[in-house]
Amino acid sequence: MCTMIVQKVPLEGFGKGAGGWFDMNQANVSWDHPFHAPEEHALNIDFVNESRGPGARVAVELSVESARQLVETIQTVLGEAEGKGLLKES
Amino acid sequence: MYTTDQYEGMLAETVAIQGANGDRVLAYCARPLGKGPFPGMVLIHHMPGWDEWYREATRRFAHHGYASISPNLYERTGHGAPDDVAAAVRADGGVPDDEAVADIEAAMKYLRALPILNGKVGVFGTCSGGRHAVLAASRVAGFDAVVDCWGGGVVMQSDQLTPQRPVAPIDYTSDLQSPVLGLFGAEDHSPTVEEVAVHEEALKRHGKDYEFHMYDGAGHGFFYYHRPSYRQAQAVDGWDKIWAFLGGRLAA
Repeated sequence: MCTMIVQKVPLEGFGKGAGGWFDMNQANVSWDHPFHAPEEHALNIDFVNESRGPGARVAVELSVESARQLVETIQTVLGEAEGKGLLKES
Repeated sequence: MYTTDQYEGMLAETVAIQGANGDRVLAYCARPLGKGPFPGMVLIHHMPGWDEWYREATRRFAHHGYASISPNLYERTGHGAPDDVAAAVRADGGVPDDEAVADIEAAMKYLRALPILNGKVGVFGTCSGGRHAVLAASRVAGFDAVVDCWGGGVVMQSDQLTPQRPVAPIDYTSDLQSPVLGLFGAEDHSPTVEEVAVHEEALKRHGKDYEFHMYDGAGHGFFYYHRPSYRQAQAVDGWDKIWAFLGGRLAA
């Protein structure tokens, strides 16, 4: 919140947090202070389900390079699956 | 000065106060044993939450002779591991300023109601807590000293204002009634050296009592010994400046 650079995006999926698997319905993406990464700022993604309380969270804290690489890789993998006719989007 | 032959005892525990909107807000309170009278300190936690560092800092102030209290500004978000709670608050863009100020005021009044208080209360905060400390001391009467450690967002551009943070704390400078100690790192990105200069200029313009120190070789959070941002020499000097500043302002 120190940078105020944050966005929430709704999504569907499941995540494994400290209490086991849960149905997550939102990702909070921020460029702000991380809790663990040894940097002043990081690209933070929290996969959450707010209705299940603060503990329903899967957290990652990424460097800029890693975050960009992740985005690229997700697109590449999805493209490959789409090319093979494996994607069924609703 | 602490000497090895003196008795020292401390009571440290979780208490509850009535914060903004009458809400029950947990707070960590640490105070020296004895009838005092002791000066009081309100400690405002940083963005990473109401965490272990703040409990330690609260006890540290008690060790130095202050009846101290640190309210949980993230109370309404729910309870859990401090980083999980703080992550939820981060996603919401922070807690509303009005709510934070009211919680801080309630913590100050809790101290003032204690029979061991000497009548003086200061406020200390780091990171977002530094900003909250400046904000609270500007909007609420009853603080006798402010320690702002690298509080980002005191200076805000109009496009940074949000419903939670509708007014930049610097805009309340004329209302500030207590002296300010500011400790900053020259390599910090929030606040930057330029933003600290703007804040200092406002304090000067309004004739306020302040003392700012900018540390070379330090960035954001240089007191945090559990983070790579820790800077030993700067942190030791910074704590010394805090004790000297508060000692001169909060003695009965």
